[in-house]
Amino acid sequence: MQQTRAVELGTGLFVFMGILALFFLTTRVTSFDAYSGDDGYQLTARFDQIGTLKTRSPVSISGVQIGRVTAIDFDVERLEAVVTMRIASRYDRIPSDSDASILTAGILGGQYIGLQPGGAEEFFQDGDEITFTQSAVVLEQLISKYLFGQGGGGD
Amino acid sequence: MTTETPRGLRRLWLEIGYSVRGFFGTFGAGQLFLLRILVNMPYALARPRLIIKQVYVTGVQSLVVIMLAGFFVGMVLALQGYLTLSRFGAEDTIGMVAALGLVRELGPVVTALLFAGRAGTALSSEIGLMKATDQLSGMEMMAVDPIKRVVVPRFLGGVIAMPILALIFSAMGIFGAWLEGVIVLGVDEGAFWSQMQAQVDLREDVMSGVIKSFFFGIAASLLAVFEGYNCVPTAEGVGRATTRAVVHTSLTVLVLNFMLTAWLLGGN
Repeated sequence: MQQTRAVELGTGLFVFMGILALFFLTTRVTSFDAYSGDDGYQLTARFDQIGTLKTRSPVSISGVQIGRVTAIDFDVERLEAVVTMRIASRYDRIPSDSDASILTAGILGGQYIGLQPGGAEEFFQDGDEITFTQSAVVLEQLISKYLFGQGGGGD
Repeated sequence: MTTETPRGLRRLWLEIGYSVRGFFGTFGAGQLFLLRILVNMPYALARPRLIIKQVYVTGVQSLVVIMLAGFFVGMVLALQGYLTLSRFGAEDTIGMVAALGLVRELGPVVTALLFAGRAGTALSSEIGLMKATDQLSGMEMMAVDPIKRVVVPRFLGGVIAMPILALIFSAMGIFGAWLEGVIVLGVDEGAFWSQMQAQVDLREDVMSGVIKSFFFGIAASLLAVFEGYNCVPTAEGVGRATTRAVVHTSLTVLVLNFMLTAWLLGGN
């Protein structure tokens, strides 16, 4: 009986240590993701060009991350990319005329959606669409525009 | 001379044929053994005490080895990372380097290799010795299926213990990396943790490590009990089975690791 007690105690402590390790890895090592749960509300935005934006890319306002991109789809009717994002519910007072643009973090960083607050009295609700959007800048298009513009100007 | 060459060649072909047949035979026998274990699972699940005992034997008794190994692996990751990254002035990222390396690869793989050496050998030699001393036949005589009573609890114990051990290994490794990086080498503590938190993803990195170690647990435990159960019941046979269990587990884990990594992190 004493033997069994020791085995059970040891196993219990072992499993507890495992849970502790998992807890440590989820809270201390990864950024605990407050945006992926069911809380928060959903917004959609349409873009002509989304560049390399991916699901789980951050959505930020004034540089502070407030949500994540949850889905990216292509609307065959209107020929536009539809980006769905989930915003944490404590940021529920974002003016409804705010505009969304796709920006790049750093020179080689990933792309993210930056919101620019507007001045409306009303706020975004769950399921709303952001009407004012600005597409991602594609480097090749920028270069060709520059070269084209240069050629035209010099002529 | 002229007759020697064809005979040698023929012998070579025969040897190759035998070993290929042997390989597939063992492979198939292993699958069937896993099937037998799965079929007999409900019996063992109804007796959790047997499983707890085996979690203790395979998990708790490997704990010190795993923790020490994880600690030093983490320390050496931080040291190597520091020496290389400080050339580019990026030594702040060693927290991230150590955490990603540990959680994704080294945690599951090194734990599985150590597990094969520490717990796998114990499993196969124990079962092998039980067979050699006719304990398994004795059980059969008493109408107790040794698969149900001996093999399944040991298999389940290993499968349960492995992910927990891998998690503890990773956590200890990150502690070791912190000790070496922050305390010894003087990397900024805030940067160490924030770089780590920014780059390590819960689902993609931590969970893929857990899934990996779960599969490694199945492979390591299955091979250990399989080799033990099918050993030649002599002193030499038990020794051979133990060696085979370790070698086969190590190779299987490394091959499986590549396939699982390709599966878990490959497509996006």
